[in-house]
Amino acid sequence: MSRPARSPRKVRSARSALPGPSARLGLRDLLSEALSGLLQRPGRSVLTMLGTVLGIGAFVAVLGLTATASGQIGEQFSLTKATTVTVTDRPRPDGVAPGANPPSNFPADADRRLAAIDGVRAGGVWWPVPTAPVISSRPNGPDEGTGLTVLAATPGAVSAMEPTLAAGVTMDAFVQRTAQPVVLLSEAAAKRLGVSRLDAQPAVFLDGVPYSVIGIYSDVRRQPGALLGLLIPASTALERYGNPAPEPERGAQGLVATRVGAAPVVAAQIPLALRPDAPDAFTVVPPPDPHSLQDQVTSDLTGLFLALAGICLLVGAVGIANTTLVAVLERTGEIGLRRSLGARTGHIAAQFLTESTALGTLGGLIGTGLGVVTVVGVAAARDWTAVLQPAATLPAPLIGTVVGLLAGLYPALRAARTDPLKALRST
Amino acid sequence: MRQVRHERPERQEGHASHVTTGTPPVIRLDGVGRTHPGQPPVVALRPTDLTVHRGEYLAVTGPSGSGKSTLLHLLGLLDTPTTGRYELDGIDTASLRDRDRATLRGRRIGFVFQSFHLLPHRTAEENVVLAQVYNRTPARARRAAALAALRLVGLGHRTDALPSTLSGGERQRVAIARALVNRPSLLLCDEPTGNLDSANADAVLARFDDLHAQGFTLVVITHDPAVAARAGRRVAIRDGVLSEREGLPSEAEVPAR
Repeated sequence: MSRPARSPRKVRSARSALPGPSARLGLRDLLSEALSGLLQRPGRSVLTMLGTVLGIGAFVAVLGLTATASGQIGEQFSLTKATTVTVTDRPRPDGVAPGANPPSNFPADADRRLAAIDGVRAGGVWWPVPTAPVISSRPNGPDEGTGLTVLAATPGAVSAMEPTLAAGVTMDAFVQRTAQPVVLLSEAAAKRLGVSRLDAQPAVFLDGVPYSVIGIYSDVRRQPGALLGLLIPASTALERYGNPAPEPERGAQGLVATRVGAAPVVAAQIPLALRPDAPDAFTVVPPPDPHSLQDQVTSDLTGLFLALAGICLLVGAVGIANTTLVAVLERTGEIGLRRSLGARTGHIAAQFLTESTALGTLGGLIGTGLGVVTVVGVAAARDWTAVLQPAATLPAPLIGTVVGLLAGLYPALRAARTDPLKALRST
Repeated sequence: MRQVRHERPERQEGHASHVTTGTPPVIRLDGVGRTHPGQPPVVALRPTDLTVHRGEYLAVTGPSGSGKSTLLHLLGLLDTPTTGRYELDGIDTASLRDRDRATLRGRRIGFVFQSFHLLPHRTAEENVVLAQVYNRTPARARRAAALAALRLVGLGHRTDALPSTLSGGERQRVAIARALVNRPSLLLCDEPTGNLDSANADAVLARFDDLHAQGFTLVVITHDPAVAARAGRRVAIRDGVLSEREGLPSEAEVPAR
């Protein structure tokens, strides 16, 4: 038995008036058929999209609002705090005579070493003088310094405190190098000791030793403890009162003022800059990272909302799957007709898959739009700067595409398996 | 097995000049049968021989359950025979893959159904255009072809009408236009007047007569003798057995032109 037309090529050659080897559905036709399927029932299509819209809208809004909120660091963020690095000494007591304080790990030229670090504006060492001296305005006078503390500070530490001088000058390298008996008074101390003017070159007495008052400061930006204190040069304090106390909370501390944004980097470099031989001698406390602080606050809520967005997407997927399946069952006649018009099973599956994918994509686009509008609206209402991360926002509609594609798989399979005989018999 | 041969060149030459014998017949069934598997197997169509030449107008009559639908589905490539050989335009369909059967169906067979199967949200023209979607008709040629097909069935003025605004006869004529738009070798009609009143049925049958006169090959499956009477040639099917009907009114042999 001869089989003249076994191959599709023969089919083609058998009738030359028909070009092309096989039935084909162009992409444009596929899209237009799928879209017209969706537009047949616009209300239903919109309702079907709702889950995807909500899910992706929530996704974009949550990520956008999180980014926006983290961007608003200016409000809760103190510039001073963010540019302050403190260094705590951990002196080792070994090899020190009992009763005497061990020497501080801070090198004598700590100011210079700190200032050499990029991003440091000023830095130095300070500590409370270990044996609280008697503070008096007269030689051998009574103690007038109740509540006042005498702090030893290097000029760099004083600069890092950024005192606002009410009168006089601040400490300089000279008084430190030569261990001058000078003192800087806080306004509170000056008032207590009766010092108001510096033109008479007043002096205060610590343990009966005179210290020339070179300046009075009314405020400090860092180390507010100094507002109730007297600052003497660190070298003078070392000479007269010995090493600082070994306990970290009463011992020598480094205070570093950095440029904005440099604090974390500076903090990492300080131990090595101070003591390359013993970098672990210090505990460096950088300012809290504003982002990590914000992240901690919002991460719980973000997780919750993202979970809700995920549930919405799941519901959206189920909705699309359900609607597409209903459409397949409703349109068996149409499926049969299309088969009779030369559609292959693959064409039928592709059409319904395209419909569900288009629904998902459209839902994703609308959802992304709504999410962006929400973020911008909230930001505008609260006078924030809206922050949308392109990496999270731009691919969001694609999530809808994937949802629609997955949701359409089973209905498309059902459509492809529809028996054209039965489909055509139904009215 | 009952063999029915339809090699009747003298008739073809005699009554219809457009019936050509030089090309292969549109339909050649050679022992085609269809048995549905099961316990026991159901024989829907016993092995049948049937040849339909280009330009013929054939009516297949029979009561419901006789195997009419099975024959229709086999002829329409919607079903495959369990025995025998079916050649459409000289192409042996048994060896074709599914996709090629779909192609052949889309290109060479135009279906007309009892229930029209028009898409309700599309205009008459769009319904006709749909038939060109699956066979690579260039998009810009579709509207013109659809309009021509609608004119052919006398609906050139209702191209933008939705099916819901058309009468039953008009709907069926849109369906006929859809079946015609690809210039198929075979127009396969399943109870085309089953859902129509007699006036509309007459209008549709008159279109069939026109199409026959223009050289289209028609196979109409019906249980209605009045419909079958319009055809140039009639076969009856009963209990899965096809038989040529003899002794029919002679005026029906040559359709009205």
